[in-house]
Amino acid sequence: MSRKQIRFILLQNRQGKTRLAKYYIPLEDSEKHKLEFEVHRLVVNRDPKFTNFVEFRTHKVIYRRYAGLFFSMCVDVTDNELVYLESIHLFVEILDHFFSNVCELDLVFNFHKVYLILDEFILAGELQETSKKAIIERMGELERQE
Amino acid sequence: MGTRLRDMIRSIRACKTAADERAVVAKECATLRNAFKDNDQDFRHRNVAKLMFIHMLGYPTHFGQMECIKLIAAGSFPEKRIGYLGLMLLLDERQEVLMLVTNSLKNDLNHSNQFIVGLALCALGNICTAEMARDLAPEVEKLLHNNNSYIRKKAALCSLRIVRKVPELIDYVMVPATALLTDKHHGVLISGVKLCTELCEGSEVALQHFRKHVISLIRVLKNLVVSGYAPEYDVNGITDPFLQIRLLRLLSLLGKGDSETSDNMSDILAQVATNTEGSKNAGNAILYECVKTIMSIEAIGGLRVLAINILGRFLANRDNNIRYVALNTLVKVVSIDTQAVQRHRSTIVECVKDSDISIRRRALELICALVNVSNVKPLTKELMDYLKVSDPEFKGDLTAKISSLVQKFSPNKQWYIDQMILLMVEAGKYVTPDVTRALVVVISNASELQGYTVRALYRVFQAWDGQESLGQVTVWCIGEYGEMLIDNLNEVEGEEPLTVTESDAVDVVETVLKDIRVSPDTVAFSLTALLKLSSRFSHCADRLKGLILEYKGSVVLELQQRAIEFGSILSKHTNIKTALLERMPVLDEATYYSAKQVEVGVDANQTAKSGPHSNGHAKQPNGVAKHLAPETALIDLLSFLPDEQPSAPHQSSDDALLGSLGANVVTSSVPPLSGGADMLLELLSLGTPAAPPLASQESPLPASSQSSLRSSLLDADPFAVPKGSVVSHVMSDQTHNGPASNADPFANLAPLSKPTAAKNPAFPLLVAMQTSGLKITFEFTKQANSPQTTIIKATHTNLSSSPYSDYLFQAAVPKFMQLQLEPASSNILPANGGAVITQVIKATNNMHGQKAMVMKLRVSFKADGQNNLEQAQVNNFPVGL
Repeated sequence: MSRKQIRFILLQNRQGKTRLAKYYIPLEDSEKHKLEFEVHRLVVNRDPKFTNFVEFRTHKVIYRRYAGLFFSMCVDVTDNELVYLESIHLFVEILDHFFSNVCELDLVFNFHKVYLILDEFILAGELQETSKKAIIERMGELERQE
Repeated sequence: MGTRLRDMIRSIRACKTAADERAVVAKECATLRNAFKDNDQDFRHRNVAKLMFIHMLGYPTHFGQMECIKLIAAGSFPEKRIGYLGLMLLLDERQEVLMLVTNSLKNDLNHSNQFIVGLALCALGNICTAEMARDLAPEVEKLLHNNNSYIRKKAALCSLRIVRKVPELIDYVMVPATALLTDKHHGVLISGVKLCTELCEGSEVALQHFRKHVISLIRVLKNLVVSGYAPEYDVNGITDPFLQIRLLRLLSLLGKGDSETSDNMSDILAQVATNTEGSKNAGNAILYECVKTIMSIEAIGGLRVLAINILGRFLANRDNNIRYVALNTLVKVVSIDTQAVQRHRSTIVECVKDSDISIRRRALELICALVNVSNVKPLTKELMDYLKVSDPEFKGDLTAKISSLVQKFSPNKQWYIDQMILLMVEAGKYVTPDVTRALVVVISNASELQGYTVRALYRVFQAWDGQESLGQVTVWCIGEYGEMLIDNLNEVEGEEPLTVTESDAVDVVETVLKDIRVSPDTVAFSLTALLKLSSRFSHCADRLKGLILEYKGSVVLELQQRAIEFGSILSKHTNIKTALLERMPVLDEATYYSAKQVEVGVDANQTAKSGPHSNGHAKQPNGVAKHLAPETALIDLLSFLPDEQPSAPHQSSDDALLGSLGANVVTSSVPPLSGGADMLLELLSLGTPAAPPLASQESPLPASSQSSLRSSLLDADPFAVPKGSVVSHVMSDQTHNGPASNADPFANLAPLSKPTAAKNPAFPLLVAMQTSGLKITFEFTKQANSPQTTIIKATHTNLSSSPYSDYLFQAAVPKFMQLQLEPASSNILPANGGAVITQVIKATNNMHGQKAMVMKLRVSFKADGQNNLEQAQVNNFPVGL
């Protein structure tokens, strides 16, 4: 059964290095690597004027490019593409706010924090919180627990 | 002690080559393994963090899985935090070790620290297994009522995961989920609405339950739409588009199939559709979802118009993403309102040519949904023009779509043939074999267009560039209708005259034959064409023979066998050559299409078409009867095999023979029927493993040795299963015409068509049904003034040794036909063909000229005190009835 949920989220740079990979469906490690490679190849050379949607196997990848980074979400073909595009943007805004002017290096050295932010934003393949402020505040509280 | 995480990342980044990186990682992993072995607690969470980074680079990290579990079991928040993160990254729901964390999760879900509860919920939501779901559902359910919104929203999504894993728990979650719909907090609302959506999708009870709460959902949506600026949730001036979309999706589920609920929500949907501002992506996302909702609920017409107008605006948008979703949605709207979509046809056609493949694919799909008989010509032209310039990767899709449209909607056969030729010229290598087969069937049936077709093919062939499909069709047509190329027969209006000599025509076949790009199948086509031409092109006889014999030494067995056997027909059997190489009988369109749609009308007892119906043709009486015995299933099975395989050889031999000579690569290996023609058949049933070329050397044998030869052939038959039925048919055939045909090996090549030709010059006699004990023949006459009506005289003969009483003959026809049965001459049928029953049937074909007649027969009678029932389907009526 195909469910309307996010199957995975990838954050890759132009060279195809994975900076974040979150899977909401179980997959073998080898399969994950293959898939990351394929998604990168699909999105990296697309004309910026093209749609932000590419069919990928039996699903659809919604991606958006920010400088040298590609944010991709794999969703069901019948799902609302535009809203995922919007949520990618919201995620990027949260990262930007959290790291104040985020760059790739922030994401590399603080990769575990990026995962934590994502866990506050999306859970079980579904959007969990849509307020940037709430997430940033929550991250602050969590940091204080350390 | 190891390095800090930051230092490790730095040293990995400093690597210049992949080999360097592997070395650094290997060294780190070794240190980590040692640390894990020593049960180093102080740096455990740092070590697991390092491992996660290494994992992300793609290195194996399973050795650290237990460390995550240990961290989770540890007490402090920072340790648990990394432990759970590692659990989600390094493990997934399939690992057995996961069972070990169930207890820790349970403890953490009940923890007094809300942050720790949050961590546990997050991990559970992402990797929960069915077992965990059952074990921990009560804890999660309790947390749905927690007074902390942070916990509630996480618990809601955790419940979502739980019911996905264990759908029985839906009822358990339903009531607490309802309470979430009135929550004030957006995070809880969006999670709660999603949970309810999931419950509705999984259970009809839940759907009914949530329909009662539609009003509160509408209220929430209304508040979002009319509320002023809400900085926390604002996206380009729109308040929480994410939540609006979630609400709209739940509404679409609730409204679907329920007009009262749909009515309730129509106001708010209209409000969303009109008030949402569509200049930014967020607004369009809402509008898009709103359109989907309107299309799925039982909406009133006005609302639908509003939705379709939104899509029209989308289609005109300059943003590709918006156009994409418009195309995607219009495909679903086509079935509801074709007119509305037709209005945007020209825009859609433009989208097929877009440079973005995502847009092209959607547009192509939409176009195909839009084509009908009236617009097929301009649309096909557009697509065909585009085919010439499209990317190679897109040509396959495009060709498949064009050919299916042309097949489905062609207004006349000439146009169809023109388009198919054009398609083969432009994208010949993407045209699939079933498409060319369908084309050949059409050509074979369009007797007035055969000359035109072969000439058209000859013209385009001059620029042939190795397109397999074009080569095959051209060669086949030249083989069949080559003489029309020379004498310009049946010229169609506006056709340019063409001067072709026999040798030019043979040149074409030779070009294909010798082209290195074509497959052995196509070469086989060419060889058959050459053989066929040999009986018509007398000037080129030697050249044709020479070309065929060049393949005597082919390494492809099929081609070698063809070459040798054809060679021996040309040199040793010149007396029968002309009859043998007659034009291929008309391919039965109706049978072809019914064979193509195997599932259609599968009435196992009724579909009695069997035998080489694929080559079924008018001249030969091959109406095939069928016993209601266990073997019928087998015959039915066989009749559904691809039509290249004549399955049961129980009709006249020349039929099978001509079939073997047809353009198909015959792969049948079923031994043919009785009579001396066996030899010849064996010779011609190409690709039969059991037919040694030696057979051509043998002269007709006496009956006894023949049957022994046959049985040995049967034994050699690799298809062991059909044997039983085949034998019985062969035997029954033998009793009918076996002995007689021994006298003249080719006696039954034509005898059945000859007498009918004498009786009725227009239509040959048809054996509509034949079993071991019964034979029914049809004789046709037509009244001059009504071409639709056929008078059929049915003659029933008892071939068994016991008389039949209570003989009743029934017939049925499809809707496009009408049938009138006159009373039969008797209801008693004496044994051994002592006397016959005749009955007149008046059949009217309302689709005369478009569809061939088909009839189902059913006969019941008493023989030796037992009731008997025989059924058959006749679908080989002569063309023109």
